[in-house]
Amino acid sequence: MKSSVSSSPHQYHQRSTAQLMRLVCYATLPGFAAQLWFFGWGTLIQFLIAATVALVTEAAILECRKQDFEKALSDCSALLTALLLALCLPPLAEWWVTAIGAFFAIAIVKQLYGGLGFNLFNPAMAAYIALLVSFPVAMTSWLPPQELAARGYDLLDACYLIFTGYTAEGYSLNQVRNLADGYTMATPLDSVKTDLSQGFTYTEALTKQPFTDGLGIGWFWINLAYLCGGLFLLKMRAIKWHIPVSMLAAMAVIALILHLSNSDVYPSVMFHLLSGGTMLGAFFIATDPVSASTTDKGRLMYGALIGAWIIIIRTWGGYPDAIAFAVVLTNMAVPLIDYYTRPRTYGHSRSVKKVKKS
Amino acid sequence: MSEYQALSHQGLWKNNAALVQLLGLCPLLAVTGTLINGLGLGLATTLVLIGSNTTVSLVRNLVPNEIRIPIFVMIIAAFVTIVQLLMNAFTFNLYLALGIFIPLIVTNCAIIGRAEAYASKNPVKYAAFDGLMMGIGFSAVLILLGALREVLGYGTLFAGAEFLFGDWARALHITLFETEHNFLLAILPPGAFIGLGLLIAVKNALDRRVEQLISKPQKVIERARVTTES
Repeated sequence: MKSSVSSSPHQYHQRSTAQLMRLVCYATLPGFAAQLWFFGWGTLIQFLIAATVALVTEAAILECRKQDFEKALSDCSALLTALLLALCLPPLAEWWVTAIGAFFAIAIVKQLYGGLGFNLFNPAMAAYIALLVSFPVAMTSWLPPQELAARGYDLLDACYLIFTGYTAEGYSLNQVRNLADGYTMATPLDSVKTDLSQGFTYTEALTKQPFTDGLGIGWFWINLAYLCGGLFLLKMRAIKWHIPVSMLAAMAVIALILHLSNSDVYPSVMFHLLSGGTMLGAFFIATDPVSASTTDKGRLMYGALIGAWIIIIRTWGGYPDAIAFAVVLTNMAVPLIDYYTRPRTYGHSRSVKKVKKS
Repeated sequence: MSEYQALSHQGLWKNNAALVQLLGLCPLLAVTGTLINGLGLGLATTLVLIGSNTTVSLVRNLVPNEIRIPIFVMIIAAFVTIVQLLMNAFTFNLYLALGIFIPLIVTNCAIIGRAEAYASKNPVKYAAFDGLMMGIGFSAVLILLGALREVLGYGTLFAGAEFLFGDWARALHITLFETEHNFLLAILPPGAFIGLGLLIAVKNALDRRVEQLISKPQKVIERARVTTES
């Protein structure tokens, strides 16, 4: 047997940034499709708007910085940011919401910090927060799943709604959001939160419309689809298992303790894991290679922190979902986590060098 | 460069209280929601700066070195009280809009900083001029940041000008665009931080550009051509 001797790095299946980004984009497809199925065409148009604005912004700023923008555009990182942002937005948010978000993500959060690889925060999530803080009404106007809506909408309606605020027949967004009985519907997380704050118990909250068998209609399947995409990424070794596993585990453990302590007030583990953006967050957002921790031990801590924050903010915070806040808050802790979880260099002792007291 | 020119350059640009020294950030970030609020606080701060610098310079040889800081603070507090009462009397609505940040001018590090670093060591005329220039430099940033946030947040300019200048100033009010959805990020504190960061970045970029322009004309050395024939 002949063994070749080579210097490190020994990993030979090396992907370029562009390949990795494209792979992640493809992996979101099941979830993307599920979202289109349950909430209509809006998300696709949001993605097109976000992608256009993101690519133009990236090119313009790189041109200002006198860098080669064709190379930077072909690495698809701006495209992935736009995709993640579009997946988080309400499908029929007006076009300028998406445009401002995509601009903010690329210009402020990414390029002002030095471009790809230098951003402290996850661009899509920081932009989502900026939008949520700026336009709370527009950003929480989610549609009911299509099967429950009084009137569905097609691709043309979606275009009209996004660009003018009304459908071709003149229905406003709020009319499209109406259910068959004339009520607008919140997302499952929102609905449970509102009911709990009004003194209902968790079990009572689940008897409302958006739920079947204790899980939100549509959201359950969307989360499962993102889970499939995430498992595909793990299989392809595009991401490591540490962050998603520790994040989901932390969420499950905390939610279980809370639920067992008082099942009237605190939702169940399954509800937390399969509503809102949990799976999208765990596999696609928290695993962003730039803003996440870079050591294995650090990744475990990073994921667990995100999971803990998600439950804390969902339970006691002012906003219904918490993926974005949790991820950005934990991004801030990444330099510290990385500092304390530096792996031991081969040949050096494990003990951390302490400052000598004189 | 004469002393006055040097002071102007320092106060307005090179050593700007807000952009370079990063002093007095609390009122700077808190009240610049609109241009007029920024202008109002800028004027108040400038008045206090001139007054305190002049007074500190006048008494600089009488004040014992060990207790100079408490005395400076008391002088500044006296001027802040004067300004606060004046604003309460003549621009009541602006006084209400600025709220706690007028009394808080006392704690503005830019003012005590100038008193300690410059006024307590220099004659009255220079100290007063330094206060004026520092104040204008600080106000300029307040106005710029206020205008930026007002345009982005509300789509207007000079909203509330009548609070400061009287009723005729309503005519100044400009509406750039109307929207149901205000861009809250610009109005809320994060917008102030991002806006100030952008202003500092622009200033640094300008400085660097100027530096490059100045250092650019290098001597092009013409090499004497040496050939075998010569």
